[in-house]
Amino acid sequence: MPVNFAPGAVEYLRFLPEIILIAAGTLLMVLDVLLRERYPDAYGYISIVALLGALAASAFAYSSPGPAFSNLLIVDGFATFFRILVITVGVLTVLSAFRFLHREGAETGEFHALLLFSVAGQCVMVSANELIMIFIGLEISSISSYVLAGYLRDDKRANESALKYFLLGSFATAFFLYGIAVVYGMTGYTSLTAIRTALSSGPTAPPPVFIGVAAALMFVGLGFKVSGAPFQIWAPDVYQGAPTPVSGFMATGAKAAAFAIFLRIFMTAFEPIGREWGPLVWASALMSMTIGNFAALVQSNIKRLLAYSSIANAGYILVALAARSQVGTAAAMFYLAAYALMNLGAFAVVSHLSGKGERFLSVDDFAGLGVRQPGTAALLTIFLLSLIGVPLTGGFFGKFYIFKAALDSHLVWLTVLGLLNSAVAAYYYLRILVVMYMHEPSAATAELEPLSPGLSAALVIPAVGTLLLGIFPGWVLDFAGKSAMLTR
Amino acid sequence: MNLLDIVLAIPLIGFIVLLLVPRAAQGAMRAIALAFSLVAFAASLGLAFQFQANLPGEQFVTDVVWIVSPNIHYHVSLDGLSLWLVILSTFLTPICVLVSWESIQIRVKEYFAFLLLLEFGLTGVFAAQDLFLFYVFWEVSLVPMYFLIGIWGHDRRIYAALKFFLYTFAASVLMLTAIIYVYNHAGTFNYSDILAMLASGRLSFSAQAQMLLFLAFFVAFAVKVPLFPLHTWLPDAHVEAPTAGSIMLASVMLKMGTYGLARFCLPMFPGAARACAPWIVVLAIIGILYGALVAMVQPNMKKLVAYSSVSHLGFVVLGIFSFTQVGMDGAVYQMLNHGISTGALFLLVGYLYERRHSLVIADYGGVATVAPWLSTVFMIAMLASIGLPTLNNFVGEFLVLQGSALANFRWTIFASIGVILSACYMLWLYQRVFYGETSDEVRHHMFDLKPREWAAAAPLIVMMVWMGMYSQSFLPAVRKATARILDQTQVNVQFQVKLNPSPRPPTPDPGEQSSPREVAHAR
Repeated sequence: MPVNFAPGAVEYLRFLPEIILIAAGTLLMVLDVLLRERYPDAYGYISIVALLGALAASAFAYSSPGPAFSNLLIVDGFATFFRILVITVGVLTVLSAFRFLHREGAETGEFHALLLFSVAGQCVMVSANELIMIFIGLEISSISSYVLAGYLRDDKRANESALKYFLLGSFATAFFLYGIAVVYGMTGYTSLTAIRTALSSGPTAPPPVFIGVAAALMFVGLGFKVSGAPFQIWAPDVYQGAPTPVSGFMATGAKAAAFAIFLRIFMTAFEPIGREWGPLVWASALMSMTIGNFAALVQSNIKRLLAYSSIANAGYILVALAARSQVGTAAAMFYLAAYALMNLGAFAVVSHLSGKGERFLSVDDFAGLGVRQPGTAALLTIFLLSLIGVPLTGGFFGKFYIFKAALDSHLVWLTVLGLLNSAVAAYYYLRILVVMYMHEPSAATAELEPLSPGLSAALVIPAVGTLLLGIFPGWVLDFAGKSAMLTR
Repeated sequence: MNLLDIVLAIPLIGFIVLLLVPRAAQGAMRAIALAFSLVAFAASLGLAFQFQANLPGEQFVTDVVWIVSPNIHYHVSLDGLSLWLVILSTFLTPICVLVSWESIQIRVKEYFAFLLLLEFGLTGVFAAQDLFLFYVFWEVSLVPMYFLIGIWGHDRRIYAALKFFLYTFAASVLMLTAIIYVYNHAGTFNYSDILAMLASGRLSFSAQAQMLLFLAFFVAFAVKVPLFPLHTWLPDAHVEAPTAGSIMLASVMLKMGTYGLARFCLPMFPGAARACAPWIVVLAIIGILYGALVAMVQPNMKKLVAYSSVSHLGFVVLGIFSFTQVGMDGAVYQMLNHGISTGALFLLVGYLYERRHSLVIADYGGVATVAPWLSTVFMIAMLASIGLPTLNNFVGEFLVLQGSALANFRWTIFASIGVILSACYMLWLYQRVFYGETSDEVRHHMFDLKPREWAAAAPLIVMMVWMGMYSQSFLPAVRKATARILDQTQVNVQFQVKLNPSPRPPTPDPGEQSSPREVAHAR
């Protein structure tokens, strides 16, 4: 780091989304004392305003792309894409949390503050261009999520979930940090571009074995964060125990951010040794898809089912990474966006249906939703069809681009196995549709309240997004394609 | 925006309109669905009039960029092969609406919406000229059918619906792999461009790659046909589906498979197709015989008709893989015939079910004395299905058998047995249901056709006679298309195709004058 550290105004501009989020989060903690019990909804409104501000700031920051703070951060298309994605996930999470928090009588500022901190951490992650920065972002985001997972203090499941997530998560983070240490030791750099240069410098490059070890260590840490096999064990328990809006948030926002750094590290810094880590990702992708899909077949709890589905989806995205190409990166970006929307929608419906104390979480509790609330059922149908990968939905195009990229890189077998996997997956998503439309109404749907405005928005926005990504994917895809080049 | 786009758009608009209509207005939903399906049919008749049968290529072309990168176009057009299949879909949809008029009482709105969405998907499948678009329509048509079976079906509907969806979906993801593979090599999804590149040699696959690609497409289509031994989903789906679902499934959806074989498998992978043809023909013949034999012992009427479909579709596959002009013509004609006659059979079985609430043959007997008109109409449909001359199936089966005889006479011997068997099971069915003692149960429940039921059945009867008596209205357009497909299957094929037309071609009907086309030229 240079001695005369004096960032210019433009660098603050590039850091503006994070500033807004952190400031708003801190404000919420202060306001907690003043607002408590008088204006329970106010926290949510403040968060949404802050998130929308951060969203605008991200878009605005992209008007002058470039590095900030001596290249610690970088605002490029890739960072902007993921910033917008994770902030949108934040907005949708807050929208669906209104009803949930009200129902559980747990409206506090700290929920929203933690959520904002977590989103801020994710924003740091996706725009970091340097390993330590990535680590800091990862920790900000993770620690907030650990707390959020156990937010319902009186719930045994939530406590189990939080503890598991925390213990295993910190273990994985340690691996990641160890990897950083090895890389730094071998190359003397923590900046991604500098590491890349060092690794591709021919005879003077550090021995590939050590770099391979470093890459493997980081792979363990990141594999945990994206819940890719064989580091996926925690996901079902944590997703099941955590409050439903938080589960949705972890399955989409946290995963997207983790994949963003996964892509950035492995496609820039470790790109020169791609041959070494390629097979590792290949195997992990196949395992994630297979384990996730086959385990999901036998789940009766909807949150566990979605957790296994999220493991399988991590597998699809790892296929895109295994392609080791710019097209693959773009495909992963597109799929993460589509996945975030459809999965958040599905979790929002689960949250809507589960009732006070999250009593109704069995797949059978969806029985008769198609009769009781045809609108909600129709929206869930869109999300499920998208998760299956039926055309005209974002999920289909995402899978299509991923497997197209994989075939481009001659990963024929991975493609065939992956697509067959997606046919297996169709079964458990269809089961929900079956229960919803073809079974007699259940107790859960009998006492269902109508959709609240917040939940309606949290359902309609992802549904519209899913369909738009499915029918007019051009916009998002062009942007992803342009930014997939990454700054090297 | 040409007429074809309008035909495609009308059901989609109908679907959206139905979604917007308030739930309470059930009568209006039926009327809206009928109106939209009739308008779509009328528009598709316009296609038939404007279609120039003497031109071999695509007509009513619309080619608009949908997605820039990857290069996906909304590219639809018609040729002689797809024209009649599109019209078949639009023709049967209003009939299905009429059939469901009273029998569907729950969730009327969704039902008719799905029916129109299904029509949109099916017409799209036949019109798409972009591989990606084809796949999109292929899958889109799956969803409404899944719901039609699953929500409005009979007792084991859920099992049947799941099985139907998973079979088709699993098989079609392999096709998606193949489509992406082709795209990565050709750089385009445009089907005619791909064929042109194959013809000029700018695009070529190794023998192994060609075989794998062929199989990937073939399995997807074979499940849909369904070809023995991939047919097990069909009886379940048919028995459990509501009447309109059965009609659409048998008459149009199964044709997606045979259409795909003729449209994509043969021209794109001629070498592999020829190499596999003997095996496929054997499967087709097994299907013909097996389907017929199993149909004979079915106690359930719908299952009987379903297995007869397996048998009839075997003829279509046989005709396609005979690689002769006559055989192909017959196969395409047989697709249409099967759509009309089996559609009619499912319709009439549906009528019987609405009256007696049973599909078991043993619950019937002596229906003819109570409902003479119903029996007469059933008789005509049954005779058409058997292949009685002057009715439609005869023409198709004759051409198929002629074509297969030109290719390999032994095939014809076995396949003809299927024709005999079809007479056995159909006549036996008719005897058990319509003749004999009239039980009190039957007398109590049975009544003759109502005007609405006539309206649905009469067009089918007219078509059976028309297509049987004057196939010349349909065949010339078909022949141009099949000749083109046969031409394309000779591209880059090493061995020479021998075709020895008999000195005086037999004339199955007055219009059938031109001799089978000589295709014995090597390139």
